[in-house]
Amino acid sequence: MLRFLASRLARALLTIAMVVTFAFVVLRLSGDPALLIMSVDAPPEAIAAFRAAWGLDEPLWMQYVKYFGAIVQGDLGRSMRDGRDAIVLVTERIPATLALTLPALAIKIGIGIPAGIYAALHRNSLTDRLVMTLAVMGFTVPSFVLGLLLVLVFAVQLGWLPSGGDGTWRHAILPVVTLGIGGAAVLARFTRSAMLEVLGQPYIRTASAKGVPWRAVVRGHALPNAAIPTVTIIGFMVGSLIAGAVVVESVFSWPGVGRLLVVAVSNRDLAVVQCILLLVAATMVASNLIVDLLYGALDPRLRQARAGGAG
Amino acid sequence: MTLVAIRGLSVAFDGIPALREVDLDVPRGGAVGMVGESGCGKSVTWLAALGLLPGRATVTGSVALDGQELLGAQGATLDRVRGGRVAMIFQDPASSLNPVHRLGTQVAEALRLHRGMVGTAARAEAKRLFDQVGIPDAARRLDAYPHELSGGQNQRVMIAMALAGQPELLVADEPTTALDVTIQAQILDLLNRLRRETGMALVLISHDLGVVSETCEEVAVMYAGRIVEQAPAEALFANPSHPYTRGLLAALPPLDGPRQKLAAIPGGVPEPWAMPRGCAFAPRCARRTPACEVAVPSHARIAERHSVACVLAEARELVAA
Repeated sequence: MLRFLASRLARALLTIAMVVTFAFVVLRLSGDPALLIMSVDAPPEAIAAFRAAWGLDEPLWMQYVKYFGAIVQGDLGRSMRDGRDAIVLVTERIPATLALTLPALAIKIGIGIPAGIYAALHRNSLTDRLVMTLAVMGFTVPSFVLGLLLVLVFAVQLGWLPSGGDGTWRHAILPVVTLGIGGAAVLARFTRSAMLEVLGQPYIRTASAKGVPWRAVVRGHALPNAAIPTVTIIGFMVGSLIAGAVVVESVFSWPGVGRLLVVAVSNRDLAVVQCILLLVAATMVASNLIVDLLYGALDPRLRQARAGGAG
Repeated sequence: MTLVAIRGLSVAFDGIPALREVDLDVPRGGAVGMVGESGCGKSVTWLAALGLLPGRATVTGSVALDGQELLGAQGATLDRVRGGRVAMIFQDPASSLNPVHRLGTQVAEALRLHRGMVGTAARAEAKRLFDQVGIPDAARRLDAYPHELSGGQNQRVMIAMALAGQPELLVADEPTTALDVTIQAQILDLLNRLRRETGMALVLISHDLGVVSETCEEVAVMYAGRIVEQAPAEALFANPSHPYTRGLLAALPPLDGPRQKLAAIPGGVPEPWAMPRGCAFAPRCARRTPACEVAVPSHARIAERHSVACVLAEARELVAA
């Protein structure tokens, strides 16, 4: 188990290092922050001074080494826009994002999983078809379309809710619902197919053949097995708690991490973009690690494979 | 005395018949073998009898356990019968056991449902059952998971689980097919021994005539959803009367004498949606007559407890009368 944890941790760190490197390369290749921030008309001396101040005049590999070294020491750099620490800029946006993504996650799980289970247990019934039609609609409609549609109906037509901005909990309703519907649809479909797969397994028939009442078969024999693939999807959803609302935050002008990212990218505010990417990578990696550990708790076969040193 | 009486049992999947008018008696404490190629309806007969078929199956006819009708019975009634009075084990023991539950827990579930045993009493009884079916190191195996045991050991666990409810009938659906030959013999010995020890009846479903002949007193041969011949085991082997049964016996390798080419039955089983109007075996039958293609032959009694569904036998029955 310890060996498994250590190897997973090493892999996680490697993933983060790769993300950091990738972000560095892409951002440096895609435009000169000095020109963008100082504007092209700025006098050459000013631009040169800006470059010298941010170390942009050094060779690329030197910049990379310095940048990487700083990250290892916990220094994520400062915003080129207002000089504040990037990490501060980013972390002060996290609560706003979580205020959308956490309730949305609750909607995804609270609606998606029961709907998927119900649809699987009543396969080919009217309800099953209805649930699946809604699910297909839910995840094929892009979130910005869904968001605008909800704004059109509930803000413009009915006037029940504000169309954007922040301040009260009422402002959060439409973005939360927009995020939640898509995820619930994905989860419903996944849960349904996982349940159908499990319900067709011989051990379900065995349980019925030994006289276990159907509800108990579903609860005690089908659900624990269907949980294994479903947990994977939930893991992805947990991993995108921080950065999963970029589009929705933009549509609803919600001051979260996602909107900060959009603004920072268009401004070439390197430190802020890198800081967000690092954070996103770290949450993804952490949630994957948790999912891996959960697999072991859910499936004795994996637990044993790990105890054997594999994995 | 009859324990289970099946009368006119028919099953259709999405309107396509899979089982037609099956009549079968299982005597209390007796051993009945059901033989036939895969897809002939041997398993479907018993899955239908116990209400274990999926919802798209239409089941008609009658299955009476000690006079109590099982078809269309309440879920709660069936739950008491299944595992309690009639237990069933399956072909692939590894996937027939739930991979995420400990073996002891799975056996204890049956003990709780049918004998009200919980906690240490259930554990002690589960251990006794494991000992009874010959699982070595039983106490430790209770805490193991299915993937930690071999196929043969898992089948022993399935049998222990089936015995947990002290059933009057054990339906063993191809219990040795997925196992290698030496293990097959051990499992068959175990089933025979348990029958002697507990007095329960046994239905052994197999595509292997050899397996059935060693274990069962009575044999029913099935073809394309029907029983085509039924007789005591010795009579069936001494005097196989349906051309299909003869074909099956001719396809068995002889134990002694020179090596010879095995006689295979030409052709294949007709698809369920393209059944011939008359005898389903007629297209493959070497002794086919024009009468075979007109109507499905009824069961003719050619001897005490020996019946055959073949026009040739019908003729013999008339002559005998």
